[in-house]
Amino acid sequence: MSQALDTPPQSTPLAAPVVPPEGDLSAYAVRHGLSVSGARPSLPTYVRQLWARRHFITAFATAKLTAQYSQAKLGQVWQVMTPLLNAAVYYFIFGVLLGTKHGVPDYIPFLVTGVFIWTFTQSSIMAGTRAIAGNLGLVRALHFPRAALPISFCIQQLQQLLFSMAALIVILLCFGIPVTASWLLVIPALALQFVFNAGVSMIMARMGASTPDIAQLMPFILRTWMYVSGVMWSIDKLAKKDNLPHVVSVLLETNPAAIYIDLMRFALIDSFHSSQLPPHVWPIAAGWALVVGVGGFIYFWKAEETYGRG
Amino acid sequence: MAENENENLNQNPGLNQGGTPGEPIPTVVADHVDIVYRVNGTGAGRGTATAALNRMMRRKQSEKAAGVRKVHAVKSVSFVAYRGEAIGLIGTNGSGKSTLLKAVAGLLPVEHGHIYTDGQPSLLGVNAALMGDLTGERNVYLGGLAMGMSREQIKERYQGIVDFSGINEKGDFITLPMRTYSSGMGARLRFSIAAAKDHDVLLIDEALATGDRSFQMRSEERIRELRQHAGTVFLVSHNNKSIRDTCDRVLWLERGELLMDGPTDDVLKEYEAFTNRPAKAAPKAA
Repeated sequence: MSQALDTPPQSTPLAAPVVPPEGDLSAYAVRHGLSVSGARPSLPTYVRQLWARRHFITAFATAKLTAQYSQAKLGQVWQVMTPLLNAAVYYFIFGVLLGTKHGVPDYIPFLVTGVFIWTFTQSSIMAGTRAIAGNLGLVRALHFPRAALPISFCIQQLQQLLFSMAALIVILLCFGIPVTASWLLVIPALALQFVFNAGVSMIMARMGASTPDIAQLMPFILRTWMYVSGVMWSIDKLAKKDNLPHVVSVLLETNPAAIYIDLMRFALIDSFHSSQLPPHVWPIAAGWALVVGVGGFIYFWKAEETYGRG
Repeated sequence: MAENENENLNQNPGLNQGGTPGEPIPTVVADHVDIVYRVNGTGAGRGTATAALNRMMRRKQSEKAAGVRKVHAVKSVSFVAYRGEAIGLIGTNGSGKSTLLKAVAGLLPVEHGHIYTDGQPSLLGVNAALMGDLTGERNVYLGGLAMGMSREQIKERYQGIVDFSGINEKGDFITLPMRTYSSGMGARLRFSIAAAKDHDVLLIDEALATGDRSFQMRSEERIRELRQHAGTVFLVSHNNKSIRDTCDRVLWLERGELLMDGPTDDVLKEYEAFTNRPAKAAPKAA
């Protein structure tokens, strides 16, 4: 199968090819049952491959999480310190300087819950945007379903959130919030939020893989999203004002980030009543998770064979 | 697989797995493969803000005007590899050897042509999955999982991997973060992890250049072993001796084109004559 070229060495006495695959090579390959290398697997196969790599996904997430603070003197203490410092900054600005707390009982638990839950969504999306573009070395060296990367980053953020939740529980107890059965609602709320986050991450991972510039844009979009999601103020108070157009208040209330934040407040803080939640809150929360989770997965899979292209 | 059967396979490329002579079984078929890299932002005045704006304004124009440069890394390469073969890939730097391997592994898309494979070829490259901040021990697990091994398989082979790497010969280094290893030690552990898995079609890119002499010999031994388990082995190397020791067929790539395809001795003779031309600087051949 040797061929002539434009800049050959002085002499190229071509050795006879070891193999004589005369005629159409493609037909020859198909006849022997070979498959195209690097082709996109079918959706069920893809799900199966992903499931087979579940141990890699969790191990990669945990490894990233531990590697994060391994050079710091305080080490893993930062897992809890970082979210606490974050909450302190927001309290200083919105609670003390701007006085947003007016009319919100238990403002500090309210704020800290909002900050932690929002941070989970925000960091998942940010990490998802860079999941493929920032790990091209891995994508180009090893073969695995690429969805493992954005999902793994979301699991890392979930683990991070569990550290934050431990800090949150201490804060709640310090402020005299009673432990009630409604705390159990944390589990379904977090599960739904995780599926939603993973869906958005996969959508952003595909977009970030083809247009890395998006990673520069995301902080601005996310900050805007944060301010309309009621992280440091009560949506319910604003949405019930009469001067607000109906469309705007519906949009504010069905915003998935706001839904997950308020569900968590409802679960944890006794002074946050169900009347403050928008109507049909659980179906909306599940709907967002389902639509974005499944939709994001399919959208990501559609471009599976293009990730890592030069 | 029995030992003598493996021997049989090695000496007679193209035999059936059972060792009975018959039609050779192809494992990799490359049909007129072209691979093109696209590099963003290489147009005139690259990097400046005005140039970037200019590019956006002229979006509709050709890729070249938009500052996208094409690198034609592999040009119309065709070959068929059979079960039981060990194939060396040679050529001067930048001739497209590694690119071709990545395309065979399905990690780079081809521009034109097709690559067909039997099963999933794997690149012997686990480096990207490892993390310097983690201990060697955790990296063994992480790397194994990244290659698709199960936790039980890794547990089973863990001691073998550590022993093979020789990391613990000078003390308990496997429990230290990998960033504290010397470059040689790191390379040895990486090779040991990567070589711990059995592959159908194995692609090896310059893996033998790492480590000291005794480790190199152990690596070559391990590659021969892997070849007995694998259907087909591809080896990229600039070390003609390790090509001679491990391969029975060689593909010579130059400027992305397949120059020669034939028995190791024939091709290497031509290649050495080419690299030893007086016009060239120091010869590469070992």
